[in-house]
Amino acid sequence: MNAERTSHRNFAKYFNFWNLVKYGSMLLLLVFLVYPFFSVIFHSFLSSDGKFTFEFYKIFFTKQYYYRTLWNSLATSGISTVFAIIIGVPLAYITSRFNVYWKKCINMLIIMSLMSPPFIGAYSWIMLLGRNGLFTNALAKIGIITPPIYGFGGIVLVFTLKFFPYVYLYVSGAMSSIDRSLEEAAENLGSSKLRRVMTITMPVIMPTLAAGAIMAFMSSLADFGTPMLIGEGYKVLPVLVYEEYMSEMGGNANMAGALSVVIICCSTAVLLIQKYVVARKNYVMTALRPPIVEELSRGKRILLTALCMFVASVAFLPQIVVIFTSFIKTNGPIFVQGFSLESYEKIFYKLSKNITNTFMFSFIAIIIIIIFGMLLSYLVVKKKSKISSTLDLLLMFPYVIPGAVLGISMLVAFNKPPLMLSGTAVIMIIAYVIRKMPYTIRSSSALLYQIDPSIEEASINLGVSPMRTFFKITARMMAPGVLSGAILSWITTINELSSSIMLYSGKTATISVAIYTEVVRSSFGTAAALASILTVATILSLLLFNWVSKGRVSVV
Amino acid sequence: MQALKADERLHAFYHKAVDGRLFLLLERASNSVSLKGLNRLSHGVKICNVVKRYDDFTAVNDISCDIQQGEFFTLLGPSGCGKTTLLRMIAGFNTIDGGKIYFDDKVINDIEAYQRDIGMVFQNYAIFPHMTVFDNVAYGLKARKLPKNEIEPRVMEALELVQIKNLKDRKPSELSGGQQQRVALARAIVIKPGVLLMDEPLSNLDAKLRVQMRTIIRKLQKDLNITTIYVTHDQEEALAISDRIAIINAGRIMQIDTPSTIYKQPQNSFVAGFIGTSNFMEGQIEQLDPDKIARVRLDAGFEFSVKLKKGLEGRIRASVRPEQFLMDDGNEAGISGEIQMYTFLGDFASYEVKLENGQVVQANEYTKDIDFVRDIGHKVRLSFRPEKISVFSEDGTEVFS
Repeated sequence: MNAERTSHRNFAKYFNFWNLVKYGSMLLLLVFLVYPFFSVIFHSFLSSDGKFTFEFYKIFFTKQYYYRTLWNSLATSGISTVFAIIIGVPLAYITSRFNVYWKKCINMLIIMSLMSPPFIGAYSWIMLLGRNGLFTNALAKIGIITPPIYGFGGIVLVFTLKFFPYVYLYVSGAMSSIDRSLEEAAENLGSSKLRRVMTITMPVIMPTLAAGAIMAFMSSLADFGTPMLIGEGYKVLPVLVYEEYMSEMGGNANMAGALSVVIICCSTAVLLIQKYVVARKNYVMTALRPPIVEELSRGKRILLTALCMFVASVAFLPQIVVIFTSFIKTNGPIFVQGFSLESYEKIFYKLSKNITNTFMFSFIAIIIIIIFGMLLSYLVVKKKSKISSTLDLLLMFPYVIPGAVLGISMLVAFNKPPLMLSGTAVIMIIAYVIRKMPYTIRSSSALLYQIDPSIEEASINLGVSPMRTFFKITARMMAPGVLSGAILSWITTINELSSSIMLYSGKTATISVAIYTEVVRSSFGTAAALASILTVATILSLLLFNWVSKGRVSVV
Repeated sequence: MQALKADERLHAFYHKAVDGRLFLLLERASNSVSLKGLNRLSHGVKICNVVKRYDDFTAVNDISCDIQQGEFFTLLGPSGCGKTTLLRMIAGFNTIDGGKIYFDDKVINDIEAYQRDIGMVFQNYAIFPHMTVFDNVAYGLKARKLPKNEIEPRVMEALELVQIKNLKDRKPSELSGGQQQRVALARAIVIKPGVLLMDEPLSNLDAKLRVQMRTIIRKLQKDLNITTIYVTHDQEEALAISDRIAIINAGRIMQIDTPSTIYKQPQNSFVAGFIGTSNFMEGQIEQLDPDKIARVRLDAGFEFSVKLKKGLEGRIRASVRPEQFLMDDGNEAGISGEIQMYTFLGDFASYEVKLENGQVVQANEYTKDIDFVRDIGHKVRLSFRPEKISVFSEDGTEVFS
C-alpha cells in the first residue's frame, strides 16, 4: 500500500511541468533540427538511383569549379578576419584607454553597422565604388581609375567593415574588465608602457580577442548576401549551395547537401577550436578597479577622436547611402537628378505583401522564441542534467550554421508528407525560431546565472509550488534579459536573408528576399527603399534594446 | 512604584492569556484578526537516523535528535560538517536518503517543500528584488489565499515586530543588509510557520549588528514560541542564542546539550576543542581504585586524582581550559613552564606557556585577580582543580570524568 502510494507519487513527479518542457522541447528539436540535418547528410551520400555513394564528395574535391569555392570562402573569411583584428583591436584600445570624445556615439555607430541587414553593405559599396558608382564616376572625372570592387576585394572590404565590430566589442569589453592593479603591478616591476601592453594586456585579452575573431570568421563564412551581390564570378561556398539547389530544382538536392556538409564541417571545426583551445585559456576577471582612462592633450584627443569617428562612419556609411538613394528619382535602373518618394510608392504598391510578411513572421517567431527561450534557458541553467546539456548544445548549433544550409536541410526534410511544409509560412517561422533563438537564450541565461537559487527556495518555502514560483518570481526577474535577447533575435530575424531565400515561395517572400530580387533586376531604387525600411526598423529596435538592457546585456 | 507593579501584572496576564505567544500588544491593537491560528502550536521536530549521501560522500550520517515544541535548537559545526544539508532536508530542498523526519507525529519525508508550512531565513536573505518590503512579507500570506483585509494587518504587525514598519514601501535595493535581514525575518514569521529554519542568517552582517540582531531573533522566538532550528558555525552566537545545541562534525552528532553543559562538560575532545579553547595533554592512568578514583600522570609532569564515571586504564587525554589553569610562581607541585608570549585583553591576560616537555599551552589570568602582567621569560608553575577538567579516552571519543 505504501509502496503503491510511493510509485504513484514518483509517476506524478516524473510528469511534472519541467520534465514536460524538457522532453517536449527535446522532441521538437529532434524533429525540426536534428532530423533535417541528418536528412541532408543522408542525401549527400545518396546517388540519383538511391544507392550509397561518395560521388558528390568526389566531384567536390576533384573539380576546380567546386573545390575552388571552399578555398575562396576560407580566403575571404580569413583575410577579412585579419583586417577586422587590425581595425578592431587598436580602436578598442583607444576608446577604452583614452578620453576620446563621443565614445557612446562611436560605440552606437559600430553596433548599428554590425546589426545592419547583411547585404546593405554590399549594395552600398556597389553604389559608391561599383561600375557606375558615385566615387567611381567622380574619380574618373579627375582621371583616377579605381580598381573594380567586384570579386575578392569587394567581399573582403564589406566583410571587414561589417564584422570588425565583433572584434571591437569583445576586446573593448575585456579591456575595461582588466583590473587596474594588474598593469600597475607590471609598471611597478619596471616595465615600459609598450612592454606592459605586449606582455600583460595583450596576453590577458587574447582569449577574448580570439573569440571575437572567430565570430567574425564564422559570420563571414556563413554570409550569403554579400558575396552573392558583390562577388559576381568569384563564388564562395554558400553561394554555390544556393545555386546548386536552385538550378537543379526538383531534381538533385544531393550535391547541395554535400556542399552543406562541407560547410558544417568547417564551422564545427572552428567551433571546436573555440571550445577546447580558446575557451580553456580564458582568464576570469572581474575588475574591482577598472583601468585608468588616460587624459590626453587637446590636440591628441581631437586626432584620436577623428580617427575613431572616421572608422565608425565608414562602417556606418552603407546605411546612410541606402537611405539617401531611396529618395533619389529613378528611371528604370538608373538614378536621375532630383528627389522623390516614387521608390516608396512603388514598393507599397508592388511589395507591401513582403513588408507585412517580414513583420508578421518575425513577430510570431519572436513570441515563440520568448516562450521557449525563457523555459529552455531555465532548464539549461537551473535544471542541470544530461538531457538539458544536450539541449544546450543543440540550441547553440544553429548559431554557427549558415542560413542557406539550414534552409536546404529543412526543405529536404519537409517537402513530403507527413510534414509537407515547404513553401508555407510555417517553415519560415520555424527556421527563424531555430536560427534566432540562441540570442534570447544566451542573454536570458546570463541573467539567470546571477539569480540566487535561494530566492526561488524562499518562494517555495512560503508555500508556492515550483511551477508557480517560476512564473511569479523567476520569470519576472529574468524579464530584462529575455527582453533584451528577444530584441536582438527580432533585429536579426527581420534582416534574415540566407534561410529565407531558400525557403520562400511567391506568397511568403520577405523584405530581404525582395531586396535581393530587386537588386538582381537592377531595380536599385526600390531595393534602397526596402532596405531603408529595414534599417530604420533595426535602428529603432536597437534604441529600444539599449533602453531595455540598460547596458547589462551585450549585443555580441 | 505602583504603576510599575500594575504593568508587571498586566504583562504576566497577557503572557498567560495567550499561552506564551507574543503578538500580545498587537492582538490587543488589531482585535481578533491575528488571533486566528494562535491556537495552533508550532511543531516538535523529530529526526530519526537521517542519512544524506552524495555519490561516495556521506554528508549526513545517521543523525537523530528530538527537538521540543517551542525550542530554539542550533546546529553548530565547522563548514562542510553537514549542518546546512540537514536543515535543507528539513526544509525539503534536499531529498532524504535514509531515516525519517517527523513534525509532531507526521512523517514529512514525502511532503513537497512548498507544502511543509515552514518559515525559512536564508543566509543571503533571498528577498524578492522586484517587490516592495510589504509585498515580500505578504507573499506567503497571499500564497495561503488569505483575504486581503487580513493580509494587511498581519504584514504590518510582523513589520512592527522587527521594527521596520516605516520601510514598507521600499524596494529591497534601497535597504541595508540589516534591514533586508529584518524583512527576511518578518517574511518567515508572518505565516506563523510550524517550524522556523534559519541558515546562518547573521553571517553577512557586521559584528555589532550581528549581536543586535541575535538578541532580536532570540526575543522574537521566545515571544512567538516558534520551534526554531538555527544553523551557524559561530560558537559564540550558538552559545548566546540557543536553548540546546547539537554539535555536528563530519555528518555526525558529537553532542546535544544546553550551552553551559556543552562548555563545561564536553562529551569528547572534538567538542572540547571546538567550543572555546582547550589545552589537550596526554597522560597515563597509574592506578584505579574500586570506587573509580584514578591516579593520573600527565606526560608534562603532573599527577592528580580524579573520580571517573567508568573504569578506564592506560593512556588518556585530558583537556584543560585556559581559565582553569592556576598560575603560580612558587607552587612546587605544578607543571613548570616559561611565559613565551602574552596578550593583554583588558579583563584578562592570556599567556602562551612553554612547558618543559616542549608543549605550548594557553593559560588565562583575570585582571581583577592579579597585580601585574607577567613578562616574557617569566618562570611559572601551572596546576588545576582535577574535578573541573575533562578526561577523555586516548582517541578523544569518550569522556570519563
